[in-house]
Amino acid sequence: MSDRVDVLVNGQHRAVPRGATLLALIQSLELDPRAVVVEHNRAIVRRPELDRVTVAPGDAIELVHFVGGG
Amino acid sequence: MTSVVATGHETPLTIGGRAFHSRLMVGTGKYRDNETMVRAIEASGAEIVTVAVRRVDLDRTKEGGILAHLDPQKYFLLANTAGCYTADDAVRYARLAREAGFNEFIKLEVIGDQETLLPDVQGLLAAAVTLVRDGFQVLAYTNEDLVTALRLADAGCAAVMPLASPIGSGLGLVNPYGVRTIKRRLTVPVVVDAGVGTASDACLTMEQGVDGILMNTALAAARDPTMMAHAMRLAVEAGRAAYLAGRMPRREVAVPSSPREGMLD
Repeated sequence: MSDRVDVLVNGQHRAVPRGATLLALIQSLELDPRAVVVEHNRAIVRRPELDRVTVAPGDAIELVHFVGGG
Repeated sequence: MTSVVATGHETPLTIGGRAFHSRLMVGTGKYRDNETMVRAIEASGAEIVTVAVRRVDLDRTKEGGILAHLDPQKYFLLANTAGCYTADDAVRYARLAREAGFNEFIKLEVIGDQETLLPDVQGLLAAAVTLVRDGFQVLAYTNEDLVTALRLADAGCAAVMPLASPIGSGLGLVNPYGVRTIKRRLTVPVVVDAGVGTASDACLTMEQGVDGILMNTALAAARDPTMMAHAMRLAVEAGRAAYLAGRMPRREVAVPSSPREGMLD
């Protein structure tokens, strides 16, 4: 069994360590967890929960923030 | 009633239980750079500033988030659901925006047509109902149709935002009658959103009696966005004051301003 699993992050395939938490994933992308909002398989994951949710193969994760707009 | 002239400002605009002193709201899209945006927003005097929800760029090839440039302590961030074509998408974006933790306000857009970016009123109403039930203060971008505006107000929207003309068009206020009618019939604030191109458009729009204007491209696409922001600030204040002052009646014939009496033989 591979020690990495394939997940979709913002529509891109990413291999992440098996059993990684969402927090670890965000940190591995060098993002500030306070500056992103996280959706995991279409469900919002609140910041305090990020280190309690682990990713599984095929999971879809969206990391969003505010950008310029009208 | 204390006059606007005496106090220098009038009663605040209250939306969803929050009071705002500026009736000009501005977007943050399409500026040539962030420094220009920050200077223009400052010059506009706006308190409410809109932002969009998008994916973080994992490759960092593009600019990062807007909050690196905009102080959320200084401005009231109004997230939008721009780019959403269904009620479900708009609700999804609104919930993500709220999770950012600033406020419960959402500028709801459900677009129905790519060319005109006119709203899908069915989707808009459905999303408004869901979001109001979910505790949001919904500011709904809509067209100048009275019945849609009434339904949005009935659904519990905190404000209704009819367009002046299509988003980014700069065509100005194409249907003053429609906007005026919406303002007359609704009790919730009416804020005109989209289509204002220059200061006279903003002034004319405010003269209809609406509670405020939200604009983005008119500033971002001006040759000098800061100067235009200044002009818009004055225009919104001028239009508001003119509305409150009550204009003279229109006449088809001249009436002299100087006395007819006392003329020389």
